[in-house]
Amino acid sequence: MAKQYETVIGLEVHVELATKTKIFCGCSTAFGGAPNTHTCPVCTGMPGSLPVLNKQVVEYAAAVGLATNCSITQYCKFDRKNYFYPDNPQNYQISQLYLPICRNGYVEIETETGKKQVRIHEIHMEEDAGKLIHDEWDDCSLVDFNRSGVPLIEIVSEPDMRSAEEVIAYLEKLRLIIQYLGASDCKLQEGSMRADVNLSVCEVGAPAFGTRTETKNLNSFKAIARAIENERERQIELIEDGKSVIQETRRWDDAKEYSYAMRSKEDAQDYRYFPEPDLVPIVISDAWLLDIKNKQPEFRDEKMARYKEEFDIPAYDISLITASKHMADLFEEAVALGSNPKKVSNWLMVETLRLMKDRNVEAEGLKFSAGNLAKLIALTEAKTINSSVAKEVFEAMFDNDIDPDLYVEEKGLKSVNDEGALRTALEAIISENPQSVADYKSGKAKALGFLTGQAMRAMKGKADPSEINRILLELLQ
Amino acid sequence: MANIISDETIDYVGILAKLELSDEEKEQAKKDMGNMLDYIDKLNELNTDGVEPMSHVFPVNNCFREDVVTNGDDRDAMLQNAPDMKAGSYKVPRTVN
Amino acid sequence: MDITKMTALALGKKIRQKEISVREAVLASQEKIKEQEESLHCYITLNTEAALLQADKVQKLIDNKSLTGPLAGVPVAIKDNICTKDILTTCASKILSNFIPPYSAEAYINLERQGAILLGKTNMDEFAMGSTTETSAFGITKNPHDTSRVPGGSSGGSCAAVAADECFYALGSDTGGSIRQPSSFCGVTGIKPTYGTVSRYGLVAYGSSLDQIGPIAKDVTDCAVILEAISSYDPKDSTSVKRDSYDFTAGLVNDVKGLKIGLPKDYFGEGLDSQVSESILAAAKELEAKGAILEEFDLGLVDYAIPAYYTIASAEASSNLARFDGVKYGYRTEDADELHHMYKKSRSEGFGPEVKRRIMLGSFVLSSGYYDAYYLKALRTKALIKQAFDKAFDRYDIILGPAAPTTAPKFGELVSDPIKMYLSDIYTISTNLAGLPGISVPCGKDHEGLPIGVQMLAKCFDEKTLIRAAYTYEQTRERV
Repeated sequence: MAKQYETVIGLEVHVELATKTKIFCGCSTAFGGAPNTHTCPVCTGMPGSLPVLNKQVVEYAAAVGLATNCSITQYCKFDRKNYFYPDNPQNYQISQLYLPICRNGYVEIETETGKKQVRIHEIHMEEDAGKLIHDEWDDCSLVDFNRSGVPLIEIVSEPDMRSAEEVIAYLEKLRLIIQYLGASDCKLQEGSMRADVNLSVCEVGAPAFGTRTETKNLNSFKAIARAIENERERQIELIEDGKSVIQETRRWDDAKEYSYAMRSKEDAQDYRYFPEPDLVPIVISDAWLLDIKNKQPEFRDEKMARYKEEFDIPAYDISLITASKHMADLFEEAVALGSNPKKVSNWLMVETLRLMKDRNVEAEGLKFSAGNLAKLIALTEAKTINSSVAKEVFEAMFDNDIDPDLYVEEKGLKSVNDEGALRTALEAIISENPQSVADYKSGKAKALGFLTGQAMRAMKGKADPSEINRILLELLQ
Repeated sequence: MANIISDETIDYVGILAKLELSDEEKEQAKKDMGNMLDYIDKLNELNTDGVEPMSHVFPVNNCFREDVVTNGDDRDAMLQNAPDMKAGSYKVPRTVN
Repeated sequence: MDITKMTALALGKKIRQKEISVREAVLASQEKIKEQEESLHCYITLNTEAALLQADKVQKLIDNKSLTGPLAGVPVAIKDNICTKDILTTCASKILSNFIPPYSAEAYINLERQGAILLGKTNMDEFAMGSTTETSAFGITKNPHDTSRVPGGSSGGSCAAVAADECFYALGSDTGGSIRQPSSFCGVTGIKPTYGTVSRYGLVAYGSSLDQIGPIAKDVTDCAVILEAISSYDPKDSTSVKRDSYDFTAGLVNDVKGLKIGLPKDYFGEGLDSQVSESILAAAKELEAKGAILEEFDLGLVDYAIPAYYTIASAEASSNLARFDGVKYGYRTEDADELHHMYKKSRSEGFGPEVKRRIMLGSFVLSSGYYDAYYLKALRTKALIKQAFDKAFDRYDIILGPAAPTTAPKFGELVSDPIKMYLSDIYTISTNLAGLPGISVPCGKDHEGLPIGVQMLAKCFDEKTLIRAAYTYEQTRERV
């Protein structure tokens, strides 16, 4: 009988914090600048430069810790992690080893097999590295330090996950919590959330875990799932062949669906951590901690309960809307602007979801504002535009956040509410389509639809269909 | 000499420190490091049980910056000392194959 | 009258009184430099033309009363590990031989605000690692009192320049005695302030937890004024301390009545030259005659300071100097085809033997399996040394002893034997571990005419008492 294996997975998740400036200098963290335009002596490691800690980084890190049930280290310090690489300007990274800011937390995840807790070993603060661009033409690499010094937190889980499904549930849970806190946008594709997978396999019932490997460069949930499956199979194969798994770091190539070892003889993996002498310890007083606690937002579970109380919308809608902080914000803002909750929910549940799928956009990446959504709803409520025009306007809003009032005006999309004009047009259609009129009168309801369609075409789509119906019925009497 | 530094140790430290020593320098480094470690071993005479390691002499803490952008684009000044550059970036030997 | 023999304050006064122009002062210094540099080599880089332009600018500001401070228009020399914007800053290393910083050190900016004129950047031990200025990649500096001898180090160029009147005052840096020991060898006055008093921003780091910039001058008064000028709370340096008072000149009081001075027996034992010992004890007696109370005591732990220091300083240095890799600035090897090859070649060609020795040692003591045994042990020892000083300062206002065990040795004597060289810092090193302020004041000469310096230490943040004791002592003797 074939042996049964269990997969044991722990995660190291790096999250870029949403501060305006870098962790140790006053350079902007904005994306998309030309190379090295957001740099200074500190984040390029110039001799004599010194780091000064961005207070907001501590607040975000502690907030994430509180939201993940961690205990906060009220006396914490930074350490230096020493290794040479061109994206690391000082050739040491300022990080935390001995006294990380958060420890011993957990989050609860839910999968098909039920609920479980994934424990968090620690969360520490550190600085991001720069970016290396490989130049084929010149056979060289180019270093851009714009990302060097962008604040990160690294969330280290215990090896509590047993499947890709659990890993993804854990990541989604973390992402939701952090997005709700506003501490990061957590975009995997853009690298503001990155996960390294520590994985080992062992026979079911074995007394100890097997040797683990660490897999890096996972840029999507799909890549994570594929890499886990691949690494699990690779390790089982080694074991079945009587070989042993080597503790190593591997890099995932998602295009080739294959990982390779990142070892080199120049890479001793001996980081010589020691306390950072250029930074002083951080003391988080009870009062400061309470202040951070008081600033914690309403999280998803609380929000769901409140929506259920306040709004008459289905539980399914509530769960989908609150699955993204951004979508929940859109919902609440539009309602606050006077829109009917049910109408707002409908727009989010139907058209928004459809276009997200079609355009491959994540909820956090939605561009349209709640104000414009409220305007669009007002236009339909006032019957200024009909529902098919509204969909067209919404699509433009979805893509470019246009102002619906101006858009409708400029494109001349207002419904024709002039009854005289409508009546004249309908009379013409009736006289041009005697067969359909006869069909209708002989009880074929379908014929009415045909006539309505003809009328809409004649009005270039700008008439209110219910109005057409009413007048048409009256004329056919 | 109580501390005998092996060739492997010198090679290993060379990798950590990114220093390439000639055979002659290696021999000297083995001797120097051994001597220094013998000397440093003197600290073992001292009972330091229960003494907290002290990295900062003063109990100063919580030195922070507010999260406000203070630096503009200073790329040219930062790059002026670069041994090699291209397209506004620092140029290095290729890091991947 | 030879302008260059004046103290910084005396010159500053003459400039304000329009008896000497800033340009004249600069030209006088430059003339002196021209006469002596070939023999002494105090400077790595001379700022000749820019200094004259600066002189004219500062003169205008003095004339229109925008600059009224005591140092306005007074020419200064700066140690070459202190960054000066647009002026070569090499740390006496080949690896930074072409480095022109786009920023200035905060301490230097503070001096510029006072109207200082930069004459040039002074020679030093490479990255401040050494006790003789012989580890400089740009040649040795000679002791103006005897050119067959070292000026001490690592701030040897700064101290020699002050001693030889090639500047009116200078800035140095002190990680384990690098201001006080060469001040002693060169017969000048130098202060290592309490850690955190002078911003380290722009000082190229050697041992970050130990480094401090300080003044080197012709007398205690100059030192007090310069220290007042360069000290500041700097939000760019997280280890900078917001002090209650920066009024160091308030310590310029000729009175030590009732001041308790401790003489650590451990500083007068084996290894101390007998002439140095006599001279130091004579200085103590002078203070006693002025009303101070002398007492011998056991400080303890003196033998452990050097091993603890070299462990901590080397560990920090191995990390601080990792940034010199041929990527962003400084020297890069010619043949650099592969990344790690480029790193190793650039660093091995760029650093001198003493720097490599300390980087190797520092990397080793931090490496896996040795961190606790070496690095943490050293940090624990540091804590004990600090406690020993705290205990001593419960009883004494000042601790007095030698700045160095001997007068200036001949070239090659110390640098050939690392441990012997390290031992020459035995009386200064523990001060840095404990963060204390210290001063070295000339107190006589040996039979060969070589200067001897007396070192005084005070408790942290008590530079005022330190300056008072030093000033009072200085008043008892004619300037040498």
